[in-house]
Amino acid sequence: MLTKRIIPCLDIKEGRTVKGTNFVDLRDAGDPVELGALYAQEGADELVFLDIIATVDNRKTLVDLVREVARNVNIPFTVGGGISSVSDVSALLNAGADKVSINSSAVRNPNLVDELSLHFGSQCIIVAIDTRFVEGNHWVHTHGGRKITEIQTIPWAKEVQERGAGEILLTSMDADGTKNGFANELTAAISGSLSIPVIASGGAGSMEHFYEVFTEGKADAGLAASIFHFKEIEIMDLKKYLSDKGLPIRL
Amino acid sequence: MQSILHNFMSKEVAIIKYNAGNVASVMYALDRIGVKYIWTDDASQLNSAEKIIFPGVGEASTAMNHLKETGLDLLIPTLKQPVLATCIGMQLLCKSSEENNATCLGVFDVEVKRFQSKTHKIPHVGWNKVNFLEQNALTEGLKPSEFMYFVHSYFAPVGPYTMATCDYIHDFSAMLHKDNFYAAQFHTEISGLAGQTLLNNFVHSI
Repeated sequence: MLTKRIIPCLDIKEGRTVKGTNFVDLRDAGDPVELGALYAQEGADELVFLDIIATVDNRKTLVDLVREVARNVNIPFTVGGGISSVSDVSALLNAGADKVSINSSAVRNPNLVDELSLHFGSQCIIVAIDTRFVEGNHWVHTHGGRKITEIQTIPWAKEVQERGAGEILLTSMDADGTKNGFANELTAAISGSLSIPVIASGGAGSMEHFYEVFTEGKADAGLAASIFHFKEIEIMDLKKYLSDKGLPIRL
Repeated sequence: MQSILHNFMSKEVAIIKYNAGNVASVMYALDRIGVKYIWTDDASQLNSAEKIIFPGVGEASTAMNHLKETGLDLLIPTLKQPVLATCIGMQLLCKSSEENNATCLGVFDVEVKRFQSKTHKIPHVGWNKVNFLEQNALTEGLKPSEFMYFVHSYFAPVGPYTMATCDYIHDFSAMLHKDNFYAAQFHTEISGLAGQTLLNNFVHSI
């Protein structure tokens, strides 16, 4: 049986892993190469590596750092941040990334999703959606969650699936950094209306929150950063807990 | 005699070079187990390599077109040394694929089909249990079932060449084996320690 995935996220700024509340007030959480290898050893099912200021600074993701992380891990590995072209994706895949995640650039140019999935295959194209609940609706946000768009979240998720996205990484900006739990209702609505997997992100504060997002939230994978970086939850403890609760988990 | 000597001297793994992306993960995985390799589409280098890895991420018909352009479509089925194909590499070794109706290499007389389901997500992405039906040098040190990492929308049905199965929607071939050809639908190179053990066995024990 296909297992539910636990994915630590390495938010990267200037080569270091950071994690802030609601994407501001960044706090240094360590060396991404070291953390990536440690997570793989501890039972992480995948890693996500996001250059969180790449879009803002118009910087390209740190290809060299990706290469170093990839050399040291034997589990799948996604890279995101500032990706806007076929050549960006080529560089990252060549450096050892297994998948890439695109966000703002897909909103700016939805055809990019078609182009990348045709060129590299859907399986390595993740569309990340940052969403926030504003005036009665869920709206897609870009630029690390700072800019609201005129695009509603659920139709956008469906559109990127049609355009060839292989997975959705859904981050609730309302939940992110709160440690009050994932946005289960929205995650379930999206996961239930798509045929591609949904990775839920934002709000993880306890092991129960992961159980809830896999059951109520119908998520295929749960992603978190700070609770793993700061050792508030050990990955193996979490996986044992979820397995004991009857979920399919790789132990 | 010359060919024996040549084989003896070239203790090397060759990774087949074609347009299927993402060989970096395979190279890093071989680095981690301390294996030398070359990445080539040259017929004489491939013929003289001790082991061949046929990697792959991509789309079947495009990959087949590229193999035809370089003549690799004729070479690959004639390879005599152990060959390990992964993911799209495995599907290309089959007879055909429903992915854009590609005619493939035909090493395995298997028709690759697309997953169909109203209840399950497609593609099949993540870690799933692989059940080995056959114990051979490749499975040394592995348990009868191990978690491996999958990413695919097309599958090889279970049949006479099935060496391992996996259950998603229904049973399908997680591995195929015929003579010197081994193939895995999962990605050995990113399947943690279990994948690393299998890759290590392929290089050192087959």
